[in-house]
Formats: sequence, C-alpha cells, structure tokens
Amino acid sequence: MAIGWYLAVSALIFCIGAVGVMIRPNPLVILLCLELMLNAGNLALVAFSRMWGAADGQIFALFVLVVAACEVTVGLGLIVAIYRRQMPVNVDDLSELHG
Amino acid sequence: MSATTFGWLILLFPLLGTILIGLGFRRLSGTAAGWLGTLAIALAFASSVGALISLLGDSESHRELTSSLWNYAVTVGVDAKLSILVDPLSVFMVLIVSGVSTLIHIYSIAYMKSDRGYARYFAYLNYFVFSMLLLVLAGNFVLLIVGWAFVGAASYLLISFWYRRTTATSAGIKAFLINTFGDVGLILGTFFIFRKTGTLDFEKTFQLVPHVFAHNGTDLVAGCLLLLVGAFAKSAQVPLHTWLPDAMEGPTPVSALIHAATMVTAGVYLIARMHPLFEHAPTAADVGAIGGCATLLIAASIAIVQTDLKRVIAYSTMSQIGYMIMAVSVGAYSAGLFHLMTHSFFKALLFMAAGSLISAMGGEQSLDRMRGFRKAMPFTFICFVIGGLALSGLPPFSGWLSKDDILGYLDDRGGGFEILGIMGYVGALLTGIYTFRMIFRAFFGEPVEEARELEQGHLVHHDTPTNPQTGEVEDTDVGFPGPEHHIAERDWAMKVPMAMLALLALVGGVLQIPGVDHSITRFLAPTFADSRLAHIEPSTGADWTGLVIGAVIAIIGISIAYRIWVAKPGTSARLQARLPAVHTFLYNKWYFDEVIDFAVVRPVLWLGRFTSSTLERGLIGGGVTGGATGIVRAWSAAVRRAQTGFLRYYVAAMLLGIGCMALYFLIEAT
Amino acid sequence: MSAVLFFIAAIGVLTGAIGVVMLRNPFYSVLALVVHLIALAALFLLLRAEFVAAAQVVVYAGAVMVLYVFVVAYIGGADQPLHRPAGALKVLGPIFGLALAVELCIAMLGSALKGIGGKGAPYVFGFGTPRQIGQLFLTTYLLPFELASLLLMVAAVGAVVLARRRRGLEGTEEFEDQLVAAPRPAYTGTMAEVAGIRQGAGTTTEPDRQTEPIGAATGSKDRSSKGGW
Repeated sequence: MAIGWYLAVSALIFCIGAVGVMIRPNPLVILLCLELMLNAGNLALVAFSRMWGAADGQIFALFVLVVAACEVTVGLGLIVAIYRRQMPVNVDDLSELHG
Repeated sequence: MSATTFGWLILLFPLLGTILIGLGFRRLSGTAAGWLGTLAIALAFASSVGALISLLGDSESHRELTSSLWNYAVTVGVDAKLSILVDPLSVFMVLIVSGVSTLIHIYSIAYMKSDRGYARYFAYLNYFVFSMLLLVLAGNFVLLIVGWAFVGAASYLLISFWYRRTTATSAGIKAFLINTFGDVGLILGTFFIFRKTGTLDFEKTFQLVPHVFAHNGTDLVAGCLLLLVGAFAKSAQVPLHTWLPDAMEGPTPVSALIHAATMVTAGVYLIARMHPLFEHAPTAADVGAIGGCATLLIAASIAIVQTDLKRVIAYSTMSQIGYMIMAVSVGAYSAGLFHLMTHSFFKALLFMAAGSLISAMGGEQSLDRMRGFRKAMPFTFICFVIGGLALSGLPPFSGWLSKDDILGYLDDRGGGFEILGIMGYVGALLTGIYTFRMIFRAFFGEPVEEARELEQGHLVHHDTPTNPQTGEVEDTDVGFPGPEHHIAERDWAMKVPMAMLALLALVGGVLQIPGVDHSITRFLAPTFADSRLAHIEPSTGADWTGLVIGAVIAIIGISIAYRIWVAKPGTSARLQARLPAVHTFLYNKWYFDEVIDFAVVRPVLWLGRFTSSTLERGLIGGGVTGGATGIVRAWSAAVRRAQTGFLRYYVAAMLLGIGCMALYFLIEAT
Repeated sequence: MSAVLFFIAAIGVLTGAIGVVMLRNPFYSVLALVVHLIALAALFLLLRAEFVAAAQVVVYAGAVMVLYVFVVAYIGGADQPLHRPAGALKVLGPIFGLALAVELCIAMLGSALKGIGGKGAPYVFGFGTPRQIGQLFLTTYLLPFELASLLLMVAAVGAVVLARRRRGLEGTEEFEDQLVAAPRPAYTGTMAEVAGIRQGAGTTTEPDRQTEPIGAATGSKDRSSKGGW
C-alpha cells in the first residue's frame, strides 16, 4: 500500500487517542490513550523511514518506545500513590493545582 | 596680612566654634562651652579689627578687595564662586556684628547657666554669628543667599530653643515661614538681575547695571522690589513683620543679638549694598522708603499699648529698623548705617537689662505685674535709663545723633521726603512715650512683692515654672528654661557687657557729630563713591536745627510719659476707657495676624488639604495607581480563570492550539 | 496480498483504539490496547521494520501492558460512567478530535511530498534488521542510547520512590502511642514544679513580683549633670 495510507491510519489513531484523553475521567484510561497517541507517532515515523529508505526513523521509534515505557512506569507509580492515600482516582477531582 | 585674609579668618573662627561645641558637647562641662563660644567670637572680632586696620592702611581707592576661595560653578553663563568682598561697608558691619556678639556671648555665659541645653545654645549662637558674618562678607549673590538662608535657619533654631514649649516652636515656625517667603523674594530678585547682567558677582553687577537696565525700567524695578520683599521679611517690616514679636519666645540674649542688633539689620545691609540698583530704579527705592516709614509709625503705635516687656522692645526694634530702611532707601546711607550701629548698642543693652528684670521677676514678663524695681535693681535701672534715653534720642546720647542724622537728610532732600521726615519726628515722639512708659511702669511706683524680696537680698524663685504667655505648667528639664534665674546685680558676666554697651550708647555718637567729624561717612565713602544720592549732605546748620528739634521732641515725649504714668497715675486707665476702640485696635497689633491668617494661611491650608485628600488620595491614589493596579488585577483574574486544575481542559486547550497551528500552516501552504 | 493484510491490520488497530476509548471497564481498555499493539506490530512488519515490530510486541505489549494489568488489578477499575462533570468536553472533545483528524488528512492529501504516493524507497537488503539497528545505535546514536538507559534507570527509581510506603511497616504507630501513654516517674513534671517540690529550669519558687510599668518613676533626676542637650 502506498505510504499515505499508513499516515492516514496514524492520524486517525492520534485523534482517537486525543478524544479519549478528553473524554475519560479515569487516569489509567487517560494514560492508555496517551499510549495510543504515542503509537500513532511511532507508526508515522516508521512509515516515513520506509519512504526514505533510512533506518533513522525506526531508531527514533525505538526511542519513543523507551520513553513511553518510562512514562508509563512513573505515571502508574503516581496513580498507585494516589490510590494508597485514599484520594479519588478521578482526574476531575485531582484539581488542586489551580490558580 | 591682607584684609581678605582677615576676612577669611573672621569666617573661620565662629565656624570652628560651632563645630567644636556641636561635636564635643558631651565633654564640655559647666561653662566651658560658653567660654569656647565667646573665645571664637572674640577672635572673630579681633580679626575684624585687623581687617579694619589693614583696610585703613590702603589708599582710599583701593579699599574694595575681593578674594575667592573656590570656583563652585564657573561655566558658560554663570560664575558662582565662594568669594568674599572686604570693603568699608562689610568691615563696618562685621565690626558691629562680632563686637556686639562677643558682649552678648559673655552675657549668655551667666544668663543661661542653669539651662540643660547650654552647649547646644552656644553652638547655635556661634552658627548664627557665622551665618551673619557670611552674609555681610559675601562677595556675590550666591554667598549672600547662602548666608541669608543660614541666618534664617539659625533664627529658627534659637527661637525654638526651648523646644518643649509649644508657643516657642510655633513662633519658630512662623518666623521661618515668613523668612523663607523673603528668601524666595531675594532669590527671584537675584534671577531678575542676573538674567540681564549675566554675572553673580557684586562688583561686576554694579558696573553693568547702568548699561544693561534702563533707568527705572520695569525689569530692574521688579528685581529690586523682589529684593525688597527679602529685606522686609528679614527686617520685620510691614507687612512681613508679624514674626518678630512672636520671636520673643526665644531666650533674651537671643532676642538681643538676633532680633535687635544683627539679623534684622540684614535687610538694611542688603539695600545699602545694592544701592546702585536701587538708585537706578527709584520707584523701588521709594517703595522701600514708604514701607520703612509706615512700619516705624505702626510699630511705635503698637508699642504704646503692649503689656509684655520684651514685646515692647521688639516693636521698638521694628520701628527703629523702619528708620534705617527709610534712610538707606532714600540715599542717607551713612546716616542709616550709623543708626544701625548705635541702635545695636542701645537695643542690645535694653534687651540685656530686660533679661535681668525678667529674671528678677522669676520668669514673668508682663508689665502689669512689674512695679517699683528702682531700689532693688539699681544697675539694671541705670542701664534701662541709658538705653531708653539713647532710644528716645536725647542729647548727648548716640541715638540722638544717629536718628536725627537721618531725619536731617530727609528734610534736606525736600519734596515728598520731607513728609517722610515729619513722620519720622512723629515716630520719635511716640518712641519717647513708649520707651519711658516701659521704664516708669517697671521701676517707679509701689514695689511689687518680687522687688521687696529682692531689696531684702532674696531672689524670688517659683517652684512650678510656667509659660509666661499661656501660664501652663512646665518643668526645668531639657527643652525648657533652667531652674535658676540670673540678674545683672549678682553676675559680673552680665554686668560687664551691659556696662560696656551703656558706655557705647552714651558716647558712640561722637563718631559722627555734624560739623565736627564725619568719620563714618568718610570711612564708608569708597563703597558709596558711585552713588549720586550719598553726596547730598545737609549743611551743618540744617543738621543742628534738626538735632535741636529732635531733642525737643524727645523731651516732650518723655514728659508726656512721665505725666501719664508717674505724676498722675490712673491717666492711662482713663485714656483707655475713653478710647476703647483705639486701644483694642492697637492692642491687637492692627489685626495684621488675623488678616494674614484669613488671607494667606487659610487658603494655603485649604489648598493643602484639598490636594492631600482629593488630588493625592482620590486622583492619584485611587485613579492612577488604583486604576493601573485595578487593570492589572482584572487582567490577571481573567487569565487566572484558565488555571482550573482540570487536566482535561488543559488537554482540550492544547489540542485546540495544535489544531489552530496546523490550520494556519495549511492555509499558508496553499 | 499485502493490501489485504494491511486492511486487516488497520481494522485491528482502529478497533483496538476505539475500544480503549469507549469501553467502560479499564481492564477491558487495557486488553483492547494489547490488541491494538499487536495489530500495530503487524503494520510495522508490513513496513519492513522487523526489529521495531518485535520490540513492540515483546516490550510494549509484553512488559508494559502486563504492568498495566497489574496496576488495574490493584486499583480495581470499577465501572465508571463515561461522561462526568466536564460537561463542555462531552461535546467539544469529539469535535476537537474530528477537527484535528480532518486537518491532518487535508495536510496529508495536499502534501507536496511525492513519496507518499509511492510505496517507499527501493528495498535494500538489511533494512530494518537488528543488525542495522544495532549498528546505528552504537555508532551514530550512541549518546541518545546511553541517555535512554539512564532514563530507564531514573524511571525505575522514580516508580519505587513514588509507590513506597511513607512510614515504614504498619503497626509501628501503636508502639508510639504506648510510649506516650506510659505513666511518668513520681515527683517529676510541671505539677511538681508548681507545688514547689522540685526546681525546674529557669524558674523561681518566689511569689510573683510586681513589675514596674515602663517609664513610671523614671524622672530626670537620674541623669548626670555633665553638659547635655
């Protein structure tokens, strides 16, 4: 298939992820949607790497993978800490950082 | 040493005195501060004598010497240097100032002995003498204005010397305000003149004035009138005179020095120094003469009904300065300055004697409570009489020769000035009346309790000191007069200066006896060489006619006073009952204070309050700063509402932003 | 053939994504994401990125998602309603997403990149193999590689720090309470000090003294009479 199709899929996944972040109140699900967006980026990177014939895009995608893994680790650690302190695991109620 | 070196020394000694006493007051115990201050002024007097001798050693045409210490600001258009001018006029003034100051310092050593602020007093007094000498020795407008302002400050410090008395501090502020008003006039006048001449130096200005200004031109008249404002404020002439009677709140030696002999004569000196300007603008000179004449009559009329001893003498000072201002405004320079000299002698003497009398009364100053001190205080009585006779102008006292010198000149010039001369004689009559009213009331008649106790040798002493004006109770700590009172009969430090001044008041007139010698006129001739009016000299016959008329008028005045207050007691009460309106008018000092309060003080206060409340608080505080902060606050409140803390809104905002950016780039790419 | 595979994988990807967003139970969302990731690995394979596909399955779907599963199990994702107080976002969210998708598609379609229309550069043997990736990692991208390993360590430490207990083991608080409630030895404490049995530090047992008011009876008599102001 032409590269364009892959990019279209990537765009769709990105937007679905964005909508998911905005709609769901559960932080776990928000993190999952963030993963969706990251994966969309990965797909675009790999598609372009195929287009140019250079493996640099794949290297970049691997790095994104690493970063996503770290981010998930820390994010889940935060959520567990919140849960432990009996605070509501709901993004709307965790709104103390306001001006 | 040259005269200018002496000039700098004259300035140096009092300055050192004030600095040393001011800085070392903790270490100066007892009367050391007093002796140090007196030594400083005595050295200044010695330097003045040195300057005189040195000046007399020079030939007549070389007697105007200037010396500049430092160029303060000499650049395009302005030449402000620290320069002094030593010429006969300044040496004359310096001798009087330093001489009388030395005597008053010696007097103060004893008079102020028990006061807690002893060292402070002498530091201030030395500072005053320094300022006055600076004023008189100034060689350009800059130092003149500096000296002028310093003198005003010293006057304030000394009037409010007993600073815990509210009457004293109010009087000090009043004096300072009116003096500052005069300072503004002086500085503006300087600008008016400087604008055309382009130089601040005296000698250069005087040379340029006839060329740069038109005779009686409006700008010169305006400048001279502004200078007159300064002179009138400093010399307490109508209408800027209201501060002088209140200035009697200061200690009596201060009144003697500042408000009789030296500071109030600064206006006379100013007009005499600026005589080329005034002669070139006769309108301003006429205003000065009329002002002086009005003052001498008004002040004399008020002095007749005053009951406070020091205030009688204060109004007398005002009146006599009126004579001097009148004299130097019409061109009788040497006569006016001669009267300045003799007046400083007998007025200082009168104040010193008044100080002694007030001490005998335990601080009480009202004439109503004083009677019959003749036997108790003979020395003070003699000093009062000598001073009073000199003031009234009885032969052969010095005041007779000087006052009638002025009046003779006025008569000789003729025209409108003759009327001024006649007014002067009327004033002389009033002078005799009020002077001897004071003396007869205080020393004749049935002795009061304080006098009787003093005859027994016991100086009265009040346990609870009170303010003589308001009667409120005080203590004798710092800021109030000390507990002890000193009279001349007991303290030699008071007796010696009074004796010397009495002697000078008696024989000082020999310097200028018409037909015999004209030493003062001759001495001052180099300064006034360029004056047309100074050369007008009445003939000896006219002079002696004037002198005889003056003597007769003085005798009439004294006898009227004798009749009303000694021969037929009760006459004054009857007169008061018959002319109540006149008495009230005179007793309230012609209502000048009330008029000034209504016309000047209240509008200024209203303006101040209005500016403070409406403009400052409302407009600037509320409008400008409040408005600016309000806008900022509203802005930040609006922006703050974006910080909700809701994560999902942030995400939505971010996505919206990304979408808009992508849209922009999309549109741009097409 | 590849087109068919593409569409199958694409449908799997999109279904997984929509499942993540729409399913109510978080556990089901995690499972949907796993499906999505495996389908995405298939797409990677179609793009000749072998190593990335393998890493995706092993690391992402294998390790990260397992971590997710553990956390969801611990927290117990209860069924929550989809739309909560964020009323405006109920409507605006999808709108923003749709707008973004439209824009991206337009950008793509209108793009001047010629390569998008084609199938990519000619295949070079060794493209996407672990050998090539490894070479690039250890030569051109050595620094990011090392930094990435540092980042992983930081993340691990951070996770431990965040999730640990604050006060050590449970059960220690009771011990502290016992200490406080124990009786004091006799004749100690503040009551003993007040009763005068025992001196405390810095106190006296004398009765209170009247303190003088400030300024009272301070007359001027005490000042030395050396010349003052």
